[in-house]
Amino acid sequence: MAHDTTLSDAHAEHEHHELPTVFGFWVYLMTDCIIFGSLFAVFAVLRNQYAGGPTGKELFEISGLALETALLLISSITYGFGMIAAHKGQIKSVQMWLAVTFLLGLGFVFLEVREFAHMIADGAGPDRSAFLSAFFTLVSTHGLHVSCGLIWLVVMIIQLSGVSAINERMMNKLTMLSLFWHFLDIVWICVFTYVYLASMI
Amino acid sequence: MSNDHSAAHGGSSHGNATSYIIGFVLAVILTAAAFIVVMGHSLSPSATLMAITVLAAIQVVVHLIFFLHMSTTAEQAWDNKVFLFTLGFVAIFFVGTMFIMDNTAAHMMSR
Amino acid sequence: MLGRLSFADIPLDVPILVGTFLGVAIAGIAVLGLITYFGKWGYLWKEWLTSVDHKRLAVMYVVVALLALVRGFADAIMMRTQLALAYAGNPGYLPPHHYDQIFSAHGTIMIFFMAMAFMTALFNFVVPLQIGARDVAFPFLNNLSFWMTAVAFALINVSLFIGEFSQCGWLAYPPLSENQFSPGVGVDYYIWAVQISGVGTLLTGVNFFVTIVKMRAPGMTWMKIPVFTWTAFCASVLIMIAFPVLTVAIALLGLDRYFGMHFFTNDGGGNQMLYLSLIWTWGHPEVYILVIPAFGVFSEVVPAFSQKPIFGYATMVYATCAIMVLSFVVWVHHFFTMGAGADVNAFFGIATMIISIPTGVKLFNWLFTMYKGRVEFHATMYWAVGFMITFTIGGMTGVMMAIPAADFVLHNSLFLIAHFHNVIIGGVYFGYICGMNFWFPKVFGFKLNETWGKRAFWCWFVGFYFAFVPLYVLGFEGMTRRLNHYSNPAWHPWLLIAEIGAVMILFGIVCQVTQLYVSIRDMNLAENRDVTGDPWNGRSLEWSTSSPPPPYNFAIVPHVHEFDAFMHDKENGIDTRQAGGPYQPIHMPKNTAAGFLVGAFSFVLGFAAIWYIWWLAAIGLVGVFATVIARSANQDVDYYIPAEEVARIENEHSRKLMAQAAE
Repeated sequence: MAHDTTLSDAHAEHEHHELPTVFGFWVYLMTDCIIFGSLFAVFAVLRNQYAGGPTGKELFEISGLALETALLLISSITYGFGMIAAHKGQIKSVQMWLAVTFLLGLGFVFLEVREFAHMIADGAGPDRSAFLSAFFTLVSTHGLHVSCGLIWLVVMIIQLSGVSAINERMMNKLTMLSLFWHFLDIVWICVFTYVYLASMI
Repeated sequence: MSNDHSAAHGGSSHGNATSYIIGFVLAVILTAAAFIVVMGHSLSPSATLMAITVLAAIQVVVHLIFFLHMSTTAEQAWDNKVFLFTLGFVAIFFVGTMFIMDNTAAHMMSR
Repeated sequence: MLGRLSFADIPLDVPILVGTFLGVAIAGIAVLGLITYFGKWGYLWKEWLTSVDHKRLAVMYVVVALLALVRGFADAIMMRTQLALAYAGNPGYLPPHHYDQIFSAHGTIMIFFMAMAFMTALFNFVVPLQIGARDVAFPFLNNLSFWMTAVAFALINVSLFIGEFSQCGWLAYPPLSENQFSPGVGVDYYIWAVQISGVGTLLTGVNFFVTIVKMRAPGMTWMKIPVFTWTAFCASVLIMIAFPVLTVAIALLGLDRYFGMHFFTNDGGGNQMLYLSLIWTWGHPEVYILVIPAFGVFSEVVPAFSQKPIFGYATMVYATCAIMVLSFVVWVHHFFTMGAGADVNAFFGIATMIISIPTGVKLFNWLFTMYKGRVEFHATMYWAVGFMITFTIGGMTGVMMAIPAADFVLHNSLFLIAHFHNVIIGGVYFGYICGMNFWFPKVFGFKLNETWGKRAFWCWFVGFYFAFVPLYVLGFEGMTRRLNHYSNPAWHPWLLIAEIGAVMILFGIVCQVTQLYVSIRDMNLAENRDVTGDPWNGRSLEWSTSSPPPPYNFAIVPHVHEFDAFMHDKENGIDTRQAGGPYQPIHMPKNTAAGFLVGAFSFVLGFAAIWYIWWLAAIGLVGVFATVIARSANQDVDYYIPAEEVARIENEHSRKLMAQAAE
């Protein structure tokens, strides 16, 4: 066996080995996916426990839902354009697309908060019934994730204004935020299908 | 998605404007279809539920491919393994929980 | 201003707590005073508390685990003493209010802060060295994980002196743990301590998963990975899968308590049984998270002290993976009596029994490794053999309880208590102490005293049987768990025997402390020093470095040719270290205070939320976010060790090796 040659090759290879940051973040997202999976299971168990309170059919409005969904879908493609700009190294363009994504996300959170405020004012708050507890918790967990994404977007826009080129660490951060943002979109698909639309049938 | 930083600046595995737009258009069509199926009330309730389930599943796959850039390339092998394993666990957990809770509710006459 | 916190919440009327507080305060002042006297604060802060070195974090985790062991054992012996006294009209010395807090704290602390911390310590120390890596994938997150665990443990101990702890058992079943029945702060302490430590554990799981997948030395394919690292991998997967479910279960309980929601309440459509299902979806994998790494320890120790490769390496790996997957589909066996039908119970009962098959495979593998080996009965090996006997008994009583019909008799009786202590002490604890004896010379460069190690083993081993076999009998006699006092005369003698067992275990712990003291005192004796870095004629890569290993672990990353890489190299005359170089500068992460700060702010957040001090909770929350954001903006996170420095350290070690060989 020619140990010597393999050793030196392996050695050189390892010195350039990069830390698997993005893979680690993907693994973290999968644990987040289990959090949402658990919340969906809880919702599925409690979805008919109205305790004499309002049902989903009485509470949910399809127009508001359509608008929220539209904002989130559009924000996905605007973030995608930001990533394309990032790969081309166009910092100003990246910042612009991130800002657009931020505004769309903010609109989504605003609509959701308004919807919640209406429901609570009508006496259909999370303490009304087990169904509403499960509904508020599942949907606002997604909303909290989006809000964290908004903070992250702001941080990225600020950090980008201080650099002259997008280095690898910055690119990793943008890629991770991209995964996070698109992942929340996927969760939203499940939310609008199983929480909202399935209740309106 | 990709861990390969040297390829990160090549752009090919990260989607381009065309692929994002294809993904977006597909997503819009699928979302709109789900809304229309529910609002139109043209199908029976169980058929509606089945239809929006299928539409949601397709849309999740569309997002995974066009927005999260999942693919079957070698450098993504572990990303995919982790993803499939997670899906498998969520499925076991979800089905198991429903199995247990429905069965308990039936026996305890609590529902 | 201070929420619901007032001076009356400090339990000055409970003499045991006041005494404990004075003891802790005096000991604390003494330790702080000594650090100040010797001027070690700067050293402690720069070299330890802010360290991102996995080897130092491992030592800090062990410190937390041993403190938790002392706290948890103090709870245990208090309970045993109460039950030895509180018989036939005698109320004992612990009123139910206090006693219930003690058994809740005992379980919570032993699982989350003793066992989990000890397991994480072993992961931290051993995994990067075994796979030939220079650190874990995310050194900063590793430090952060440690601080989350440490502050959560601090929080749970604060509950001793400010307010109270949960009285709802270690899993805080609703509806008892709801506001309606537990209006105090006890359950809130539980919720926040578990959530904060859960974040740390989850990050640990992600960290080690990524480390093992992506950072193995070249040549180390999956079927050449040492068994301990395999078990760490499977345990990490289980952590990543199970801990999010725990987070959800505890968060929903918190939402019920803080916002009046109705997940698990009696009214409003809530469903307590859902909590059981959720918590055990985590809880069952959790016990495998604890015991699988212990199996890994034995799989390293038994071959080393039998001077043989492990028997059936591949079956060991498959058995570990099989246990990992099967542990997802057995959770109902913790609540067979809940009211589900025969089909549910039969499914989960059979799935549970199937787990004993891969576990049996492992046991036979260890036995066949010893068979015809040159077995050396070192103190480390005592723990391994003691494990095989004790764990087998515990496993068999587990199979008994996996039969749903039998479980209806045994559920929540002391038989259950005996069973799970049988597997957790006999499996997990013996395993981790075995691992501590095994890897101690690698960590510090000197061996642990063997005489005191054997004394500790015999006290634990005999004490265990005295303490827990009576509980099996009591279970059959119908004694349920968590009783504060009783009047059945038939139970009393058995509880006295159990008390004697607890005292023997106390002697075991005293022997362990003495072992540490004697070993440190005699560390410079020639027979105790580990100069070669390979005191046991080890088989895997961690034994190829010096003891303690240099900060970068491997000056030149080793190339793995075979399973048992270091043994293969020794037998074939290959120099794993590649002494002499050429060396290159080594890229290292810098120490950081960010992990400590996030931990400290989390503590503030948790404490404030427990007492409804909302302005302080806001400060804690903002602090956590601000620290993370500041950390992400910090560009100054790494440095290089120059090649000359590496060469100096390595040549020094080579010189010692030569001197040793010349003797």
